[in-house]
Amino acid sequence: MTTAAAAVTHTPAEEWKQPSRGLVGMACLIVAESAIFIIFVVAYIFYTGKSLSGPTPKILELPIFSSICLLSSSITVHFAVHALQHSKLKATVAWLAGTVLLGSIFLGATAQEWYNLIYHEGLTIRTNLFGTTFYSLVGLHASHVIAGLIMLGLALVFGLFGKLHQHHAERLEVVSIYWHFVDAVWIVVFTVVYVLGR
Amino acid sequence: MSTSTRVTGHIESPAAHRGALAVLTEWLTTVDHKKIGLMYIGSALVFLLVAGFEALLIRLQLMLPNAHYIEPETFNRLFTMHGTTMVFFVGMPVLFGFGNYLVPLMIGARDMAFPRLNAFSFWVSFFGGLLLYFSYFAGSGLYGAGTAPDVGWFAYAPLTSRVFSPGHSTDYWTLSIFLSGIGSIGTALNIVATTLCMRCPGMKLTRMPLLVWLYLVVSGLVFVTISPLTAAQIMLCLDRYLGAHFFDTQAGGSAVLWMHFFWIFGHPEVYVLVLPAFAFANEIIPVFSRKAIFGYPAMVAASVGIGFISLSVWAHHMFTVGLGPGPNAFFTFATMVIAVPTGIKIFNWLATLWGGNIHFTTPMIFSLGFLFQFLIAGLTGVMLAAAPFDWQLGNSYFVVAHFHYVLVGGILFMIFAAFYYWYPKMTGRMLSERLGKWHFWLFVIGFHLTFDFMHIPGLLGMPRRIYTYEADRGWEIWNLIVSSGAIFQAVATLLFAWNLIRSYFKGEIAGPDPWDAWTLEWTTSSPPPSYNFAVTPTVESRRPLWDRKHPEEPDALFE
Repeated sequence: MTTAAAAVTHTPAEEWKQPSRGLVGMACLIVAESAIFIIFVVAYIFYTGKSLSGPTPKILELPIFSSICLLSSSITVHFAVHALQHSKLKATVAWLAGTVLLGSIFLGATAQEWYNLIYHEGLTIRTNLFGTTFYSLVGLHASHVIAGLIMLGLALVFGLFGKLHQHHAERLEVVSIYWHFVDAVWIVVFTVVYVLGR
Repeated sequence: MSTSTRVTGHIESPAAHRGALAVLTEWLTTVDHKKIGLMYIGSALVFLLVAGFEALLIRLQLMLPNAHYIEPETFNRLFTMHGTTMVFFVGMPVLFGFGNYLVPLMIGARDMAFPRLNAFSFWVSFFGGLLLYFSYFAGSGLYGAGTAPDVGWFAYAPLTSRVFSPGHSTDYWTLSIFLSGIGSIGTALNIVATTLCMRCPGMKLTRMPLLVWLYLVVSGLVFVTISPLTAAQIMLCLDRYLGAHFFDTQAGGSAVLWMHFFWIFGHPEVYVLVLPAFAFANEIIPVFSRKAIFGYPAMVAASVGIGFISLSVWAHHMFTVGLGPGPNAFFTFATMVIAVPTGIKIFNWLATLWGGNIHFTTPMIFSLGFLFQFLIAGLTGVMLAAAPFDWQLGNSYFVVAHFHYVLVGGILFMIFAAFYYWYPKMTGRMLSERLGKWHFWLFVIGFHLTFDFMHIPGLLGMPRRIYTYEADRGWEIWNLIVSSGAIFQAVATLLFAWNLIRSYFKGEIAGPDPWDAWTLEWTTSSPPPSYNFAVTPTVESRRPLWDRKHPEEPDALFE
């Protein structure tokens, strides 16, 4: 092997650069997750208006405030990454806290919406096809919000204990890309469920 | 594991000097891509024997008319478990096992991009397989109905609903496939990240071995095929446990939607399984023809093309549902189009053989068997792609014969070839060529007896999944021949297993490069040390080892 290695001590002409594996890995995960969401969205669209009985999508109210919260959390998480890249640790923690807060408001709003639907409108996952597809699609998205909040919350806790440093910026960026994906999915879900589906 | 092996570990200390517990701990906690690859392959071999035994029982039952060796309910479980095991716990793991082992070695990397994710993916798939078989002990559930799943490997709705599948057997099926899906997505993600981010200097995408290219395509395909299946399994779970109505036809749910979701997975899955077989052929055929692969860029383009087209052919599994003339025409057309890139590959392999100095070693004869049989499998595929022909023969033994021709005649033959080719690298010892030739010829005879003649009862109208048949249908002689072929295949497979075990202890010492090959895995010792390469290799062409052996005329001058 040593002789063989010696035979090719050619210096490579150009610098050898490859993409970051964290970013590539997250991109792959997003492709796979998108496929899962597409199947649920297709099921939602396919069953729109096919419920045999029970409440219809007309009972839904546009979740405008919570949507604004979720979408603006994309901006705050971007600033958090930016701040960490420039070693501004306090700013990072502040932006992260803002992101977690906005995400939690969104989740709280979803919880309230579901409570209202279940106890006042009588819509559960068993009621009809609308209930089945609505709770599974919105619930699938909400479960991704929870996963994202756990990751961001962990980063926030590390930040609060002073364990977050500039060399973690790329990892935080990977988490932030996941968060952007969750937000982008919400735009699709919002359009399909609350705008077109109504 | 320990830092000591990393520092001193030129050759791993022999297992005999350590306790059995230490060896076990090492394997259970390893994150080394080679060990994980071997565990994938080993678990797949165990499941292969189990699912092969199930196939033997099925053939025993069908050998003679009016047979009652096996009860109808048991028969349903056997074909369900045979199909599910072979696809999810033999096919996927063995291919991912070779990918895990070979991809980092071929691109000159130290390990996969995410070693711990790699271990997680293996274990989650493996426990998925155990969960499937645990159903035999625990699947009766509260109602005492059923043990193992008996809904068929594609588990059409509404058979899977609580009403028709009481107890927990279907849940074991769902959950085991769900787990296997998570593992597959994890490994695919790892392979993509490894290929894109871990290549050694000079290993441009245009210089990667074709095997690595094909694994990249397969992994990309896994994201968009396994995920829909995972989504559908979530829906089925919601139906069965929370009373949702996705596939509940009583409440307006659609059984056809499940078929779509399943086959959006199911057909590209065939390509997920067959592209690695192509990948092995791309490495083995040139080495034993003593020529570089013919048409490297065309091979890459054809592989990517197959990846894309395979996403638009799924409904040819559903012609008999009655999709209407528009979709029928589209899916017939798309299915026939996919024969084009596949044909390009076959021509390129033939052109690689053409004028080559062909060495008929065991891996090579298995590859040649693959070429011939895969061509025939493709031809019956084109026949079934025509919707009217499919209406006549859908759900018959003709279909069973067709896809077993692909899976056994194509994929399994190439997997055997890969074993004979890379076993020396993995263990340091050669497999016995004599036993290998016996394995090949017995298997070829058994394969053709079984699957050539299986087309005929299909043409005569024998439907799949029946547990027995009357004596006056004209199917008896054909089923007898088909079942007798199964015995040859079983004997050949046992010979192969014996060869694997015997050669591990008594095989000829292989050395680093027994085949005089050209890719990077042959530059390191056999088996490779845990760090793979003492010095990170640098490559200048598609055949780096050729360049090192022939510095006077390196490939780099001609590419």
